Amino acid sequence: MYRYDEFDHTLVAERIGTFRRQVERRLSGDLTEDQFKPLRLMNGQYLQLHAYMLRVNIPYGCLSSRQLHQLAFIARRYDRNFGHFTTRQNIQYNWIKLDETPAVLAALAAVEMNAMQSSGNCVRNITADQFAGRARDEIEDPRPWCELIRQWSILHPEFSYLPRKFKIAVSGAPSDRAAVKLHDVGLYLRRNADGVIGFEVLVGGGQGRLPYVGHTIREWLAKDDLLSYLEAILRIYNLGGRRDNPQKARIKVQVNALGPDEFRRLVDEEWAQIRNSPLLAVPGAEIERITAYFADPAWEKLPDAPVAVAGQRKSDPAFDAWYRANVVEHRAPGYAIVNLSLKAPGIAPGDLTADQMDQVAELADRFSLGELRVSHRQNLVFPDVRQTDLRALWQELQKLSLATPNIGKLTDIIACPGLDFCALANTRAIPVAQDIGRHFSDLAVLQDIGELTINISGCMNACGHHHVGHIGILGVEKNGEEFFQLTLGGSSAEDASLGDRLGRSIPAAEVPVAIEAIVCRYKALRQVDERFLDTYRRVGIEPFKEAVYGNSPQRRQAVA
Amino acid sequence: MDTKGQMVLANRLTDGHVVFLAADGGWVEDIAGGALASDQDAAQRLLAAAQLAESRNAVVEPYLIGIRNEAGRRQPVSFREAIRAAGPTVRTDLAD
Amino acid sequence: MGLIREGRLVPDPFTDASGLESLPVGVPLIVSLEQWQLHRDALLAAGQPLGLCLKSDQPPRLVAADLRHFSVVALEFPKYRDGRAYTHARMLRERFQFSGEVRAVGDVLQEQLHFMQRCGFDAFDVVAPDPEKAWRTIAGDHTAWYQATGDGRSRALDLRKGTGP
Repeated sequence: MYRYDEFDHTLVAERIGTFRRQVERRLSGDLTEDQFKPLRLMNGQYLQLHAYMLRVNIPYGCLSSRQLHQLAFIARRYDRNFGHFTTRQNIQYNWIKLDETPAVLAALAAVEMNAMQSSGNCVRNITADQFAGRARDEIEDPRPWCELIRQWSILHPEFSYLPRKFKIAVSGAPSDRAAVKLHDVGLYLRRNADGVIGFEVLVGGGQGRLPYVGHTIREWLAKDDLLSYLEAILRIYNLGGRRDNPQKARIKVQVNALGPDEFRRLVDEEWAQIRNSPLLAVPGAEIERITAYFADPAWEKLPDAPVAVAGQRKSDPAFDAWYRANVVEHRAPGYAIVNLSLKAPGIAPGDLTADQMDQVAELADRFSLGELRVSHRQNLVFPDVRQTDLRALWQELQKLSLATPNIGKLTDIIACPGLDFCALANTRAIPVAQDIGRHFSDLAVLQDIGELTINISGCMNACGHHHVGHIGILGVEKNGEEFFQLTLGGSSAEDASLGDRLGRSIPAAEVPVAIEAIVCRYKALRQVDERFLDTYRRVGIEPFKEAVYGNSPQRRQAVA
Repeated sequence: MDTKGQMVLANRLTDGHVVFLAADGGWVEDIAGGALASDQDAAQRLLAAAQLAESRNAVVEPYLIGIRNEAGRRQPVSFREAIRAAGPTVRTDLAD
Repeated sequence: MGLIREGRLVPDPFTDASGLESLPVGVPLIVSLEQWQLHRDALLAAGQPLGLCLKSDQPPRLVAADLRHFSVVALEFPKYRDGRAYTHARMLRERFQFSGEVRAVGDVLQEQLHFMQRCGFDAFDVVAPDPEKAWRTIAGDHTAWYQATGDGRSRALDLRKGTGP
């Protein structure tokens, strides 16, 4: 993983010093709340329903065991003993006191972490594939590029007061595990016709109230041109993004208003001016320096698919179920990628207690070379586990309730914090996830249903990514009660699509039953080995509408 | 204890905690300890006091909320404010 | 309010005429884009130092050909959240090689001064009870930067000597 050098340390330390002073000025009244708010936000701190929420960056989802121990310490010392992993690979604490925030930031800096720009109208955490550097289908590791982009974006003097937030994601594999097409800028590492690796560049993706799938504005960009091209995009956005209406201020609105071709033209026109600027050149030495941090670990030379493991799977059906659901192929023979499910039935998705954090950190040291990853689906990943260690690891994870064999299955639910925590929410999301989890806790049933993602958002801001769930659930308030709108057919992968509204919103209590009806209809209609999303795309929405609402015209009305 | 009317709710600046304006001008975390206004005039006076406290940086974003009687105790009328007053409905083992 | 240049509060030799109905004569003036377009010849003939004030939706390229006539270009921040003038300042310096004074006016707060400076602003109409103190407070804040702008400060990337893991 990347390690801070003296410049990184200095930059973070200076930023903490500045924020400490800003906090003091706020506490003394030198700064009004209106003046302080953007400063607070640029350090990742929101005022929420119960207290201040602090969002800590986990750059492109990479975490060391040492860092996880510190996150546990912070949860205990400064918060209420747990943290929440988000859909942007960050962690959130919900009760950080303003006058203790500088101390928390210092504790983070001590392990090379920070909260800079995890909020605010600036470039946010650069996210990536949680299997980066390890997946068998990977073309190139996106992480060095994420780190390069991260540094370019932090405290960028020109782009710290954008019209709105700006999110960038990078994927290095043909299978998109980072929701690249749903970002303001999305980057795919790709080979051109000559086999040279560069970037496909997409702009204008995003969810929220106005969801869009991103448009490719450049099929292939040379690596040397990455920073200058990004700078051109940001400049066109900074100048032309709307500032009159926060709901219309994202780049997706600008791109769709101009049309992708015109937007591309403006970017290319600006880029022509700065393409060869030494200010934006990336010296080869720096690329090498950063890349070296992400070099392959010293893997042992091990045989792949050892017979012993096959034997264990055969003799232990529970281990086998976990193996099939949560273990992923690794580039290095004899190794595996392990998903830790933070979705045990009935718990709040994505939460980890301080004790669990410490224990997971110890397991990472024991089983995964001291490193782990955070997935945008609010789970954790151990990227380097020896296949011969899998069963022992599984047994340890079971003790921590992190071994539910449901990755990518119906109960691997994404849920935003919702009205239980968030000032923006219309409804709660966590109890809905818990209800569904309890309703579908039978593992054999889950296995039979197969790949099916449910994403829940408590309001139209869509932090739960409901637009791109195979089943999406959006909380809406109706006559003071919690109602939920369902969508079907969303996808955040390379085949990205936005879900279609199923029909009238339904009360909370009816949600598990509706899911049941949808699942039943799917099983009745599916072809052999056809996953839910593909069945939906083949048969359309009508059979599912009918399953949930029956044939009554009033109930089928597609109005909230 | 009166259980119907309006109260002022805000976030305390230093720790961000939800607090209610009390009769003595202080701020308390327990809804039972806050001042309850039984009519509009009293409510407006409460709000004015709260806004003064805001200008003095004691609290952030004060506003009036409706309170009703729930089995002899004060309960915010709106679900959102009920959650603000009582804490998250999930993770009650770790929250307030 | 007060004009800060090189960390000191300085008197402003210019009269801000951008909000005035009729233009004063015989004194250095800062005019709006509209006033410049209406009175260009008269202003040039007057022989006084000239300044231009641009609003956040008026990019410098609109007057690129005329920049040589101005000793000052004032860029407005109508609200500190409106970040367009950061780009305008860089364009003035790096695209059009403007070497006169680039002045930040409007909602210019202490907490954004270092960003402004890096974008090429060298004069600041700071909203603060003690502008010099405001400047001193932030002046030494940041010595390490990741990005290069035209201000000549080295970025971390160039200073690093390939010291890897």
